[in-house]
Amino acid sequence: MAAYDEQEYTKSFQLGVWKRLIPLLGNYRRDFALMLIFNLACAAVDVALPLFQRYAIATFIEGDTLRGLLPYALCYLVVILFQALSVVAFSRNAMYIEMSLGRDLRRDLFHHLQTLSLSFYNVTPVGYLIARVMSDTNRIASMISWNLADLLWALFYVLGTFGAMLVLNWRLALVILLIVPAIALLTGYFQGRILHWNRKVRKLNSKITGAFNEGITGAKTAKTLVIEEQSTENFRKITGEMHDSGVRAARLSAVYIPLVLFCSSLAVAIVLLRGGTMVTEQVLEIATLSAFATYAVGVFEPIQSIAANLSEFISLQASIERVTGLLDQRPQVVDTPEVEAKYGDAFHPKKENWEPLEGEIEFRDVTFRYPDGGEDVLSHFNLHIPAGTTVAIVGETGAGKSTLVNLACRFFEPTSGQILIDGRDYRERSQLWLHSNIGYVLQNPHLFSGTVRENIRYGRLEASDEEVEAAARAVSADTVVAKLEKGWDSDVGEGGDRLSTGEKQLISFARAVLADPRIFVLDEATSSIDTQTEQLIQDAIDHLLQDRTSFLIAHRLSTIRKADMILVVRDGQIVERGTHLELLKRKGYYHDLYSRQFAEEHAAKVLG
Amino acid sequence: METQFKFPKREKLDMIVRYLHGNLGFFAGALLCACLSMVFNAMTPQIIKITVDSVLGEEEAQLPGVLEGLIDLSWLKSDPIRALWIAAGAVVIVAILRGVCTYGQRVNLSKGSEGFVKQIRDDLYRHIQRLDFAWHTAHSTGDIIQRCTSDVDVIRNFVCTQLVEVVRTVFLIVLYLSIMISMSPRLSLVSLVFIPIVGLSSGVFYRKISRRFQAADEAEGEVTTCAQENFTGVRVVRAFGRERFEEERFEEKNNRFSQLWIRLGKLMSVYWASGTLLTCLQVMAVIVAGTIETVEGRMTLGGFIAFVGYNETLAWPVRALGRVLSDMSKAGVSMDRVGYILKAPEEGDGPDAEEMELAGDIVFDHVTFAYEGQPVLEDVSFTIPHGSTFAVLGGTGSGKSTLIHLLDRLYDLGEGQGRITIGGTDIRKIRRDCLRRQIGLVLQEPFLFSQTIRENIAATCPHAPEEELRHAAAVACVDEAITEFPDGYGTMVGERGVTLSGGQKQRVAIARMLMQKAPVMVFDDSLSAVDAETDAKIRAALRRQMKGATVILISHRITTLMQADRILVLDRGRVADMGTHSELIARPGIYQEIYEIQMSIDDRRLVEEGGRS
Repeated sequence: MAAYDEQEYTKSFQLGVWKRLIPLLGNYRRDFALMLIFNLACAAVDVALPLFQRYAIATFIEGDTLRGLLPYALCYLVVILFQALSVVAFSRNAMYIEMSLGRDLRRDLFHHLQTLSLSFYNVTPVGYLIARVMSDTNRIASMISWNLADLLWALFYVLGTFGAMLVLNWRLALVILLIVPAIALLTGYFQGRILHWNRKVRKLNSKITGAFNEGITGAKTAKTLVIEEQSTENFRKITGEMHDSGVRAARLSAVYIPLVLFCSSLAVAIVLLRGGTMVTEQVLEIATLSAFATYAVGVFEPIQSIAANLSEFISLQASIERVTGLLDQRPQVVDTPEVEAKYGDAFHPKKENWEPLEGEIEFRDVTFRYPDGGEDVLSHFNLHIPAGTTVAIVGETGAGKSTLVNLACRFFEPTSGQILIDGRDYRERSQLWLHSNIGYVLQNPHLFSGTVRENIRYGRLEASDEEVEAAARAVSADTVVAKLEKGWDSDVGEGGDRLSTGEKQLISFARAVLADPRIFVLDEATSSIDTQTEQLIQDAIDHLLQDRTSFLIAHRLSTIRKADMILVVRDGQIVERGTHLELLKRKGYYHDLYSRQFAEEHAAKVLG
Repeated sequence: METQFKFPKREKLDMIVRYLHGNLGFFAGALLCACLSMVFNAMTPQIIKITVDSVLGEEEAQLPGVLEGLIDLSWLKSDPIRALWIAAGAVVIVAILRGVCTYGQRVNLSKGSEGFVKQIRDDLYRHIQRLDFAWHTAHSTGDIIQRCTSDVDVIRNFVCTQLVEVVRTVFLIVLYLSIMISMSPRLSLVSLVFIPIVGLSSGVFYRKISRRFQAADEAEGEVTTCAQENFTGVRVVRAFGRERFEEERFEEKNNRFSQLWIRLGKLMSVYWASGTLLTCLQVMAVIVAGTIETVEGRMTLGGFIAFVGYNETLAWPVRALGRVLSDMSKAGVSMDRVGYILKAPEEGDGPDAEEMELAGDIVFDHVTFAYEGQPVLEDVSFTIPHGSTFAVLGGTGSGKSTLIHLLDRLYDLGEGQGRITIGGTDIRKIRRDCLRRQIGLVLQEPFLFSQTIRENIAATCPHAPEEELRHAAAVACVDEAITEFPDGYGTMVGERGVTLSGGQKQRVAIARMLMQKAPVMVFDDSLSAVDAETDAKIRAALRRQMKGATVILISHRITTLMQADRILVLDRGRVADMGTHSELIARPGIYQEIYEIQMSIDDRRLVEEGGRS
């Protein structure tokens, strides 16, 4: 919940960044052309409307006749209807462009993210990705539709108005034009400052949210330390800062907006004075004077909005950079073109060329270092795992137990050396081929929103309902289903949060069983699960291990003892390997670890 | 969380009035300025009217009401250039006055609304800090935050934007309509006819659309959830090779989201266009009718121009009013949601609660406690002599943490649930803050604030000298680790700083507790994430430090407990046994059993164990 501080981009305008958008916009060339036309139409009508008033004054009032009023009114009506239609067309067009661009950007980003390596995900917070996939794309899309349309309209309107004024009376028009530089100067001065303070207010806003989060999650601690007063005082400081910045930002626009309005009034005054003089000199009609007054009132707001729009556009550059930055990330594990040609890629597999996988794995002279790490965690490591072997990896939390699994599953590739599966370097076959043969159950099992059935079927999409249910029964996941109101079709909630950890685990086992993988990875849970579920899970694991090559990142003694081979990890290195008995006899680190863990685990059992 | 909670209207009003307190002047000032600026704004068309009619035209100049006797305008025709200068000057002066008022309006409004919202936020925060622990456990953080941020924003918008806007618009309508009626009652009728149509149609339409907005917002939420689940579950996706399936799923949600909005856009376009149509029609109707009036001599040309000007100014605000009014209904729900928090009772003390020093024995006297209907403690009695070290051995769910929660009055015992006394005084008679200040507590999963390590350790005594902090950290065996960080004690904890390991967190929390210099110290399994060696080192240092204090240790490591003066064995909420270490190992029971397991494992047995499976 706490705010993820985004990097600030304060770079000036760079054309290169904007060019990246061109291919995306190219698909909507026709719609952008329509946008141009609709806004031109809207602006044209807006410029024309004061002319109707001028006509009424010049023809009927000055001419003192009502003849022709009906055709005039009808003509007026037609223009209004045309205007309403343009508004319909323009807003539909803008909405269409916004939503289509946003959809395309999100789709491209999502697609790209599916190809990036896990090493990227390891160092990138999910909030950071969501901000790019959702917020930045929304911002880009809405700016390039609505703001662009506004900008076009304002531009056409301002040009049209000055054009009309010039045609009506160029001398009076020129005098009014004198005010435009004043507006430009004003805007130049205020716009940047207003933007700065608004940004500050937004930042403080997320700071306040963060402070609430901290105050709520830390309430118990604040109570036991009796520092409620103090923490409230700290919070007051933040809201005080917010108060001051908010007023500050408001004060700036409180000066700026009246100044812009004042420019309009100045223009009206000029019209009255110069125009009035011209009327007395009989070179200007009163009807035109009234049209000028209307134009003078209306034209300066759009000028200001053009300026505001432009500075918003410049700040959009940051969003574009964030999105393209993500698109420029290259995956670290890639299939060679030859492999891709034969086996297909992650989205278009050529399953007809896939060989079956037996499950024999060999690490041959493997040296490995994490892309962001400074030290080799494996050097010249050799290990042969015959098909069907159960390998347990033990060690303390944070010792680096996942490294071997990451390598075997090709989430990372060795820095040097080879990993062979069924006797062939695994880089000679596609990632999807390997991944489709792996079952993976995480410590904190991850489920997706949807029903229990859908979640289990994730293991094999084409499985029938019967197969899904059979897989669930094999690992007793049907006991979970029995407790749910809607049975198999019960919604598990976002991330599966309507189920307990134990229940989620059973579902994820069922998912793995359904996939029927040759290689099975279990990152065992340490969290306390009630004894009954615990027994179910143990049985499920036994069922899963049969005839498969499996890696167990294990915490429970019972699981470890069953392994054919135990690898002991300490500080990222594999320090011992062997069977349970061999390792105990050696009286090394494993022996240490085992006695400690055994003692605590057993004590916990006695205490119930 | 209960969402059906509803405030009576009166209380809602009271709530708003309470927070407006101190800011009312700003709001009054803002409204006054707003009204004045509208009055000034209304003058420009009059100036134009007089100029057109009496300077450029042939009409007799007429000023409204009292002004007529004061200013003589009969010279206007004779010196038109001077008259034009004066007219232009008047427009500029009116514009300056209006500008000043607009400035006053905006600044006052921002001061008022920032002050208003600050008071709500501060009050909420303070109140939440004081709500009892049971309330906090019963409500989810996300939901409370939602209420403190989004709902507060809705209320602010209601009071500071919508209410002000309504008052402003109503004033505008009254002012402009009365001017228009005074100029031409007949023509005003034409304009008047449109006002309810424009306002109503806008309100009704808007209400209809807002339901669809909700559906579209939900669709966006689904896209976000889908992406979020994909990113957090990326290992599962990859391990099953489900990239394509994921992409299709995302695509479907993504498309639905944009389709819904495009469809909504079609409705909105009708809404906007109908607005344009109605306002343009209103303007047109007035122009056509005004033309007839003027040609037929019931109105002057200047009057016509001014009237059209007033009418145009009126058109859009009326439309906005309809939307604002229909939007305002949302605020009631938000007020209920915020009021729900503010209405929850704060932790309080009885009227007879007093300050006292904790200097006697701590006695649990037939304590029975249930939480949400589940019995946690049953008839638990024991005494902790002043200045002794007391240990509790118990498994998960044995009720050991509840003992501590009760002692610290995070929960209070009810009638008939027994009592807890310190030095003979029932702790319910001791002020909470006084009690808690004298009980130092380290929890198993301690919470550190997102501040520097220094601020965290010095939480209870912000002005303590550096040496004292470092001494506390040294006792907790964490000084060395802290000085190794690039920023040392100035290192930020949490998301924006370093991530401390579980063991480091526990040790910083111990240092923080030591700074409290409490006569009673409680360690609730607080060295579980520290390895055995460091555990022993810390305990030795603590023993030297804690002379004279009453110490309560909770653990399931025998080595941690064995040196205590007295050990309580808690089993499923009941006292299973109590005594010194030597007494307890001498008799069969849980303690002896665990002691056997933890202390006497010899390698031979281990090998046997291993060989059997």
